Amino acid sequence: MTTTSVATPEAAAADIPKAGFDWRPIALLLALALLALPALGSASTWVTLTVAGLAMGLIIFVIASGLTLVFGLMDVLNFGHGVFIALGAFVATSVMGWSTGLGWSGLPSVFAAMLVAMAVAGAVGWAFERVIVRPVYGLHLKQILITMGGMIVGEEIIKVIWGPLQIALPLPDELRGAWLLGDAAIEKYRVLAAALGLVVFAALAFTLERTKIGLLIRAGVQDRSMVEALGYRIRRLFVGVFVAGSALAGLGGVLWGLYQQSVTPQIGAQVNVLIFIVIIIGGLGSTLGCFVGALAVGLMANYTGFLVPKVALFSNIALMVAILLWRPQGLYPLGNR
Amino acid sequence: MSAVLSLAGVHTHIGAYHILHGVDLEVPEGEVTMLLGRNGAGKTTTLRTIMGLWAASRGEIHFRGQAIHGRETPDIAQQGIAYVPESMGIFTDLTVQENMVLAARAARHAGELDAPRLEWIFGLFPALKKFWLYPAGKLSGGQKQMLAVARAICEPRALILIDEPSKGLAPAIVRNLIAALRELKAQRTTILLVEQNFAMARALGDTVAVMDDGRVVHRGAMRELAEDESLQQRLLGLSLGAHA
Amino acid sequence: MLDRILSHDRPRSRWLALALVVVLVALALAPFLFPGAKAMSVAAKMLVFILLVGSYDLLLGYTGIVSFAHTMFFGIGAYGVAIASTRLGEGWPAVALGVAVAIVLSVALSLVIGLFSLRVKAMFFAMITLAVASAFQTLASQLSTLTGGEDGLSFRNPLALSPAFEPFDSPLFGVMLDGRMMTYWLLFGVVLVLFLLLLRIVNSPFGRVLQAIRENDFRAEAIGYRTVVYRTLSNVIAALFATIAGALLALWLRYVGPDISLSFEIMLDILLIVVIGGMGTIYGAVVGSALFMLAQSYLQDLMKLGAGVFDGVPLLGALVSPDRWLLWLGILFVLSVYHFPAGVVGRLRAAGLAGKAGPK
Repeated sequence: MTTTSVATPEAAAADIPKAGFDWRPIALLLALALLALPALGSASTWVTLTVAGLAMGLIIFVIASGLTLVFGLMDVLNFGHGVFIALGAFVATSVMGWSTGLGWSGLPSVFAAMLVAMAVAGAVGWAFERVIVRPVYGLHLKQILITMGGMIVGEEIIKVIWGPLQIALPLPDELRGAWLLGDAAIEKYRVLAAALGLVVFAALAFTLERTKIGLLIRAGVQDRSMVEALGYRIRRLFVGVFVAGSALAGLGGVLWGLYQQSVTPQIGAQVNVLIFIVIIIGGLGSTLGCFVGALAVGLMANYTGFLVPKVALFSNIALMVAILLWRPQGLYPLGNR
Repeated sequence: MSAVLSLAGVHTHIGAYHILHGVDLEVPEGEVTMLLGRNGAGKTTTLRTIMGLWAASRGEIHFRGQAIHGRETPDIAQQGIAYVPESMGIFTDLTVQENMVLAARAARHAGELDAPRLEWIFGLFPALKKFWLYPAGKLSGGQKQMLAVARAICEPRALILIDEPSKGLAPAIVRNLIAALRELKAQRTTILLVEQNFAMARALGDTVAVMDDGRVVHRGAMRELAEDESLQQRLLGLSLGAHA
Repeated sequence: MLDRILSHDRPRSRWLALALVVVLVALALAPFLFPGAKAMSVAAKMLVFILLVGSYDLLLGYTGIVSFAHTMFFGIGAYGVAIASTRLGEGWPAVALGVAVAIVLSVALSLVIGLFSLRVKAMFFAMITLAVASAFQTLASQLSTLTGGEDGLSFRNPLALSPAFEPFDSPLFGVMLDGRMMTYWLLFGVVLVLFLLLLRIVNSPFGRVLQAIRENDFRAEAIGYRTVVYRTLSNVIAALFATIAGALLALWLRYVGPDISLSFEIMLDILLIVVIGGMGTIYGAVVGSALFMLAQSYLQDLMKLGAGVFDGVPLLGALVSPDRWLLWLGILFVLSVYHFPAGVVGRLRAAGLAGKAGPK
């Protein structure tokens, strides 16, 4: 996300090249999608899987965006990010259970569940930052251990509240089923999830590119102490970003839970691996990289899940290795690091 | 002449290293104070300690009568001190415009930048107008330095700290820089300038403080030092008359 | 003499030395002192974990590397023995081949992982090992023809190690010796030797360089040590020991499955033990494993009693339930990382030093 194209004060100078947007990773994504078509053989299967892949990718993006931003801004990698995913998913089961009891179901209950999940995850995120993360800024080893410890404790507390077993998270009737586009079945829920993911992406992009807070975040990701030297208390901003990231993870948890139609306490640890792969592929700290990486992972998982189910997770690691060999710092590495 | 900034007995430790051994310094208002000295004398550390980027382990720093030692960097900056570090601190992924908006604390977006002041800055540094919407990382070294200084002056500040702005720059650009700083001086901006380029120091400085081994070893008027070659030799290790 | 065996790395604390001696004697004589099946199983797990966690301490405590792939090597060792015994028929040749293949695979993998990832920041490495270990776990459950999938593999041990083998007709010290005990003493012997070897390694010049790298890798590189080489070697050695630990576990259980060898829970257990026991001490692995295994087996019974007391009280009952013992361990873990980074061993040593200081 480098240049803007607002009206220039005068004709642009010829002697230095205006930063072109780096299209190659996006081209890679398109290539991935297009290569799958002959591999799958059937256009309708391709459409179904691509939609599924994009939906999954966007859900992963929603979850991972907070993590990568927090890392870019404060050099803190929260190995316990998965706990917010699980929390969001479980809160959703409760909210949807209550709302069914109250008589309203369907789309409103889903949205209510999402809002409550985000609020709860955000609040827990605030506490997590204060108690667990703040004391270990800058101490990477301890961070890894402690955030992992936080996740263990969090997962156990979830088991205390909701029990250790799987809980169903059924889709309301309006969201079941699929639309037919010729031969291709496009599941309704996946379209909703993808739409929500795009809304989140658009909101993030807008905030980062067009607001002063976004400017502070982008600058802070590059050079935190200079931003402080310009007079901004960036640590407060960090807490805000951490809370937002946790809330997004909670939302992602709800989306993921509805995608699988069930929720287990291990959901956090399972998705953790995927989001780490995504942010490594994208470049630690880069939102655009996270977006492209998440879509790539989502598509890859769905294509290989159909073609060669046994190697689905492996395929994502292979993708990660391939990308790291091409760009060792990820698809869109940050400038000054 | 009142002192806008004063350091008294400031010590700074970085890890196990004791860098500043009791720095006493006064920066008079409305003047350009030069901070000179050999490499490793502690000049950059002094500036960073003033900004709170490194904490002083002992001693006191007062700015406009307020104690600023021990405070957080954002607080210190908000008191009205601008800092142009040796590395310039340009946000290379942001455009020139975005760098300036960031530096202008009162502006929420480019439209809220002070237009007359911006025009004045463009007059000093025309390249910034030319490359307004370009990513700052694409600028040349000299242009980046101009941006760094421009950021420090986009809003009025009570004190500007500048660390070796002429380092690695071509003489023509250095002349440009001197002209710009002269204009600032004409507006009675207080500047604390660290420089190795003695010609620049002589052109701009009113007061001079020389550091060695983490202490200020000489204080006085710039004119005196400029006229006394043996003093230059003693303090700075070489006769700088040759570096015209 | 004792000093040389311990590579001059003495316990440095009376309590610690006492604890170590108690553990040593208890483990050595376990078949006689605690002959029940559960007690023996606890003792055997303690031995396996001493080796597994000790090797992890080499990596984390001495070299400062966080890796989540340790269980992968553990699993490779376990599956090596299991697959060989299943495919080639039980017996010493199968075990030997299985262990050999496992070791070669582990060394190769750890070399690749090390060289590929150790050039990058610690965070990167940790995440990559997490991903690789996850993938490996999935692979193991999916290659079911080879690995038995989710159900795992059951197999028989070589004759000398199987329960049917009884070398003496009459009991010794009141206990009938059988192949099971032979297996136990094999574990004991191997773990003891490898433990002392670990002490030797961390107290050697190599070990000191590792610690220098842990403290400040820039400076170590500047002095002239190729940190990548040392880190990779540390990674390989740790992987090697973990593989052997896995092989030992397989011989004891005569069963291997993804949940007991590759699961993330085991990785967490290792982390908990190494932190609570004391990072960078190797002895921490002994103390930590002993405490952990005892707690895991017997504390849960205690918690069951507690849960009985709170039965009916909604939240409190669930908190004290023995299934939630990981919660309390997790809290202890977080507290340890903050307040007792040197773990139990560090505490004991600090207390020992304070004692020695005497009146001032």
